[in-house]
Amino acid sequence: MSASMRIDIAGENTLIVYFAEVASEQSAADVFTATQALEELVGHGVIDFIPSYASLLVIYDDDVFDFYAMRNEIVQRLKSNQKGALTKESRLVALPVYYGADAGPDLAELAETAKLSIAEVIEIHQSQAYQVFAIGFAPGFAFLGEVDPRIAAPRKSTPRKAVPKGAVAIADRQTAVYPSVSPGGWNLIGLCPTPMFDAKATPCMPVEVGDKVKFYAISKDEYLALGGEL
Amino acid sequence: MKILQPGVLALIQDLGRIGKHRIGLTVGGPMDPSAFRWANRLCHNPDNASAIEISIGGFAAEFLEPAQIAITGATVEVKINGKAVSMWETLNVHAGDTLKLGFATEGCRIYLAIQGGIELEAHFGSTATVVREGLGGLSGKPLAKGDLINVSHRDNKARLSMPTQHRPNYADQSPLRVVLGYQAESFSSLDKARFFHGEYTVSERMDRMGYRLTGPACHSSVSSLLSEGISHGAIQVPPDGQPIVLLNDRQTIGGYPKLGSVMALDTARLAQMTQGKKVHFTPVTVEEAHVINMLARNKDANIELLPL
Repeated sequence: MSASMRIDIAGENTLIVYFAEVASEQSAADVFTATQALEELVGHGVIDFIPSYASLLVIYDDDVFDFYAMRNEIVQRLKSNQKGALTKESRLVALPVYYGADAGPDLAELAETAKLSIAEVIEIHQSQAYQVFAIGFAPGFAFLGEVDPRIAAPRKSTPRKAVPKGAVAIADRQTAVYPSVSPGGWNLIGLCPTPMFDAKATPCMPVEVGDKVKFYAISKDEYLALGGEL
Repeated sequence: MKILQPGVLALIQDLGRIGKHRIGLTVGGPMDPSAFRWANRLCHNPDNASAIEISIGGFAAEFLEPAQIAITGATVEVKINGKAVSMWETLNVHAGDTLKLGFATEGCRIYLAIQGGIELEAHFGSTATVVREGLGGLSGKPLAKGDLINVSHRDNKARLSMPTQHRPNYADQSPLRVVLGYQAESFSSLDKARFFHGEYTVSERMDRMGYRLTGPACHSSVSSLLSEGISHGAIQVPPDGQPIVLLNDRQTIGGYPKLGSVMALDTARLAQMTQGKKVHFTPVTVEEAHVINMLARNKDANIELLPL
């Protein structure tokens, strides 16, 4: 439990635990550890959690816990978990990306604005492991960060009506893989053939909040061989 | 049952997709859960049985087999084979009967339950249709003309009626109760006073994700924050100062400042409002909210349906 932790009311049966003011690897680790430590309350007065960058929203059954009892329960559990005994280790998940002009329509513009070559942008994008900070926006949409400031790029002023499934994209210092076709304003730099959300599979996602993701470049042929579509 | 006309929007719902926020799934479920549960109870169904939420109206269906149904929620003209029948009670229908709904005159969410419940495959533990996610219902889509709906298991049960004094009054204009929270401190006391004394109007941007209201603008001292979990009823205030109350199909995380959350008992009332309706807010403490909810649960458990 970090010293800067704060618990606020969010609604009649929701409270939010803030671990830090800014997102960092430490805040993500705190959120991950806390979610693990509180997991066994689900079904026993806790309805669900929403972990995000530096906070954890707890939705509780107000027929079982009142706000004060819930807050105390959380504080006690996080205190006794101080050594960070995790039931699960966070993982490093490698995801292949085909970075090509036909896969990443915004790659050239992003490189030009950044005053880098396309090869440099690709190199920088795959050079680090990204933290999975949150999952939301759409089923299976994982927010990864933080992207090297040299290749950070603002959202497009006019969002696309249909971003393809598997699109690898950048918005500010975040990157993500679109799990399905959806509208979106992020800059598209490549395509990933790994399904990010499959309702029929168990687990239905290759990553969860707290994991890390590293991208690696593949060729067009490899992309197609892995089931990717163009 | 065969859908002849889906009307404005007809969605199969159960009480919602619970416990799946961590993979980005929203809850879905009925916008007015109380009216939904009473439709099921009038059909002797469990509260979570799959039924249909019809927004505004214009729905028509043909029964291919005998059934018992109940219609609750927004006030609407209901006809079976052209003959007007009552809401808030069990109705017997025969094979070949046609059910037709007019358009809601008070409220806008209508519930149609069928004895035995609708039979269909659950997605992530729920049949709730969330169109944005393509989950629940019949292939994640609203009901369409020609869709066939199967009923799980049918018995002939006693017909029931909801006592008149317990039927909701959708013309009720009492203020929506708000538990202050999240970034409430980032709004000045002047802005909070403006919010709680102001009159807001339901705009045309009102759907299952949220209701955008227009009225006195409120501003937070923080312009954006790290995306964080959004609770049901959260009052999100974007930079233009016009509040949005987030409802069943909301995105699970977001980065706009929030004043707090409207109580679920009152989001159900808001969700029955149509464009142009006037909305007021009043603050309650979390302690008051807990007591109000406990009393509402007790009241709900003590309402007895009358035999017909």
